[in-house]
Amino acid sequence: MLKNLITGAAALSLALAVGTANAQEKLKIGFINVGPKNDGGWTQGHWTGAEAVRKHFGDKVEITFIENVPEGQDAERAIEGLARAGNKLIFTTSFGFMDPTIKVAEKFPDVKFEHATGFRTAPNVTTYNARFYEGRYIIGQIAAKMSKKGVAGYIVSFPIPEVVMGINSFMLGAQSVNPDFKLKIVWVNTWMDPAKEADAAKALFDQGVDIITQHTDSTAPLQIAQERGLLGFGQAHDMYDAAPKAQLTAIIDNWGPYYIARTQAVLDGTWKSQSSWDGLKEGTVQMGAYTNMPDDVAAAAKEMEAKIKSGEFHPFTGPIYDQEGKERYKAGEVAPDGDLLSMNWYVKGIDDKLPQ
Amino acid sequence: MLRVELVRRPERSVRMAILSPVLAVALTVATGFIVFWAIGIDPFRALYIYFVEPWTQAWSLQEIVVKAIPITMIAIGLSLCYLANTWNIGAEGQLVIGAIVGSSIPILFPEWQTPLTLPSMLILAIAGGMAYAAIPATLKIRFGTNEILTSLMLVYVANLLLDWLVRGPWRNPQGYNFPGSVDFSDAASLPILISGGRLHLGLIFTILVVLVAWFALRRTITGFEINVLGQAPRAAAFAGFSRNRMILITFLVSGGLAGLAGIQEVAGPIGKLDVVISPGYGFTAIIVAFLGRLNPIAIPVAGIVLALSYIGGESAQIMLGLSGKTARVFQGILLFYVLACDSFILYRLRFVRTPARQVAESAT
Amino acid sequence: MMAEAILLTIVTASTPLLLAAIGELVAERSGVLNLGVEGMMIMGAVCGFAFAAMSGNAAVGVVGAILAGMAMAALFGFLTLVLVANQVATGLALTLLGLGLSGLIGDPFTGKAGVKVQAIYIPYLTDIPLIGRLVFGQDPLVYVAVALTIAVSWFLFRTRGGLILRAVGDNHASAHALGYSVVRVRFLAVLFGGACAGLGGAYLSLAYTTQWLENMTAGRGWIALALVVFSSWLPSRLAIGALLFGAVGILQLHAQALGLGIPSQFLSSLPYLTTILVLVLISGNRLLLRANTPACLGQSFVPDR
Repeated sequence: MLKNLITGAAALSLALAVGTANAQEKLKIGFINVGPKNDGGWTQGHWTGAEAVRKHFGDKVEITFIENVPEGQDAERAIEGLARAGNKLIFTTSFGFMDPTIKVAEKFPDVKFEHATGFRTAPNVTTYNARFYEGRYIIGQIAAKMSKKGVAGYIVSFPIPEVVMGINSFMLGAQSVNPDFKLKIVWVNTWMDPAKEADAAKALFDQGVDIITQHTDSTAPLQIAQERGLLGFGQAHDMYDAAPKAQLTAIIDNWGPYYIARTQAVLDGTWKSQSSWDGLKEGTVQMGAYTNMPDDVAAAAKEMEAKIKSGEFHPFTGPIYDQEGKERYKAGEVAPDGDLLSMNWYVKGIDDKLPQ
Repeated sequence: MLRVELVRRPERSVRMAILSPVLAVALTVATGFIVFWAIGIDPFRALYIYFVEPWTQAWSLQEIVVKAIPITMIAIGLSLCYLANTWNIGAEGQLVIGAIVGSSIPILFPEWQTPLTLPSMLILAIAGGMAYAAIPATLKIRFGTNEILTSLMLVYVANLLLDWLVRGPWRNPQGYNFPGSVDFSDAASLPILISGGRLHLGLIFTILVVLVAWFALRRTITGFEINVLGQAPRAAAFAGFSRNRMILITFLVSGGLAGLAGIQEVAGPIGKLDVVISPGYGFTAIIVAFLGRLNPIAIPVAGIVLALSYIGGESAQIMLGLSGKTARVFQGILLFYVLACDSFILYRLRFVRTPARQVAESAT
Repeated sequence: MMAEAILLTIVTASTPLLLAAIGELVAERSGVLNLGVEGMMIMGAVCGFAFAAMSGNAAVGVVGAILAGMAMAALFGFLTLVLVANQVATGLALTLLGLGLSGLIGDPFTGKAGVKVQAIYIPYLTDIPLIGRLVFGQDPLVYVAVALTIAVSWFLFRTRGGLILRAVGDNHASAHALGYSVVRVRFLAVLFGGACAGLGGAYLSLAYTTQWLENMTAGRGWIALALVVFSSWLPSRLAIGALLFGAVGILQLHAQALGLGIPSQFLSSLPYLTTILVLVLISGNRLLLRANTPACLGQSFVPDR
């Protein structure tokens, strides 16, 4: 009787050990997002990246993708929920998740967190971002070449450094082609509201711009552009299908390679906290196909892309002056990453005041 | 042919009064069962994750309470209004204004960190909420203006004011231009009751508020006035109870409580004044007030139930991949069932046969 | 030239507000306060988009949106008029349900390109400079909104049916004593309100933009409620109010593009502040604006047997 019991216990514990070993092999990965996975913009970019991880690692990972989590304290609960459900690698994909991520990370030291577009790190929290400004420089150059009126419209959400950096880079690119290029900027105070973005596009066009770009997530502005026979650029996602006659190119978020690399690091045990900021070179930023433009413009754009990729050119290379005329960077000087991440001033040539 | 009529009962049915919310919850669960089954999710597992599982973990239990605190506190205040037949729909706005006024201390005087800081914030917040609620009350008393619409409009104004403050004058200068105020110091934050969690002092306040409300309604003259004014306005007028006084009192109390709930959220879980400080607590509280049948003991239970629907909804998202929108759908369905079942407290169904059928029956 | 363009955008921005508000005006005139306009509108937006996308035809979408709005309104009507539930709570529940349900229904349609209601084009008239596109080049729903407003005004003040409806809203006990079915009149009014709200929602997803996004009504249903009050329940003032409310949003964007430094929140709060002002004016002094709140607004009615 005792012998049977011991054999049974041994078998049971063996089974349990094997079972848990198998369970441990599957890495549970979680994503917290501010929007829906098919928003055609920012969150969809992360969804595509998550799908890339799923394809690459197959059975070794189990991914949970939570959508529509509001920034703020509800986020903390959602992130903690993921941690408690056994997810060991959690991506929080919006700036507003920064404080909640740090708070939950403190409670779960063995879970790895990756926070997009933030600036607070911890031993188990990495921040990551993409050098979208590289793409903005290129489209700024295209805009200056394609605009007949020399004025572009810029639809933006909130005056955070990410956005300001983008505006400045766009303007610098445009000014490299046309030093008198002008910009009209409209703040819609939302990342995504098709009706409002459409209104903003209409207002800008009505005020005389003939080309628009945006740092908001819907395809509405491009659709308005197409309706009016004018041009624009896609944001976060190739928006060509929504507006084939209007899109010149798009700045595409390509998180796949980064996500795969980080997942591999966790699986290998080599994951370390860092602040990563990849760009065109690493493939995290991609440019959409160059359409609706003459061949020489497309060729020049491709050339600039190559220069940035190789490191030969950096969009924020001096001389750069701010609105007051002060020289911020000397000729040949490159703006350090830290400055870019906290940028809250406009370059010379932009007439609007930055909302304070 | 059968016809159904609604007939007023001679007096409130006590049986239905107790049965109604239970029935409503049961109907909601049943509807959920069908919906889950229809979209291909195991209904038992889904309902378990939604309604049962959050109770099984200490952490989620805390979260339920944390979520229930603001909506319960506001609902108690609103129930006083609704009992007196005045309709404060602007609790959301009073919450925001209370939070703004209370936050003025840590934002404008961040170096003032003493044991007095937090109590001052709370008092200011209550005063702020009361003042804001006084607007629709005064307009009603003085001009007869519909208080539903004025209090509702003021919600928008309050939210826009908050938006302007946290993006402009009160924005954190070290915040990289992101909206939001400075983080509140420890002296300006609500103490946590159980370390490691988020359960804060607001729980004690809420329990106190519930007890005081119960006592006031049962044992004080004012409470009696509120009840009579709501149920028998003519009798109240004869007794000399002043309707205007009641409007003012109930609005002030509910506004103050909403303001307190607001500063609790800001000084508690959120930790600073942000663009979004309430995911619609002021409106959810209206549901809680009705679900709790405007009774101060039943309202906390209703608050827990509604908080559960939020927490369960999130768990369902995480565990089942269920869409986050289902939580709101459930809440709406629950409220519909509550309202429908409630009507049976005052009315009952009567089946009426038309004469032709009766003749045919008597012939056989 | 720019003025014409701005006016055009103001008209399109005002249209969904006008559509939803004219329906709610009729409901409120009959004494029913339906706070569920936002829920009905968003259901109209999602069902309109879904029907149009599945059939490839914008008109089908519009019909679908109207039906969706009416279905939501019927639910509201059943609860408040038959079961005599509290109107305020039921309206809120309707909004909650509508927002949640629309998110669920719209999930497979998010991010997809939709079908557009095309603007009309009349060969010579539309090309008239300055007013051509404004008057003759809008999409059909704009004209529907205007026609509805005129029709409702005529109905309310020039027909017997409208008289009955207003009587029910002002004094339901007397109307009942005179033999009119209060419940039936109100139910029909509420259904009309739902149809219009659904239409307003459809405008957002089929004409204003050709997209579906969760919560895309962005509070327009609540603005419509304010608009009804602002107009002191008179359709003629409703049209003006809709233009004003729509203009606020558009002009605020233009002010930014021009570089003016007015805080956008201040401009956005003006519609609500003025609504409160109007409310005070009309309730304090009946003669001042020659209008007043329907006396029985929000009150339940059950006949004593």
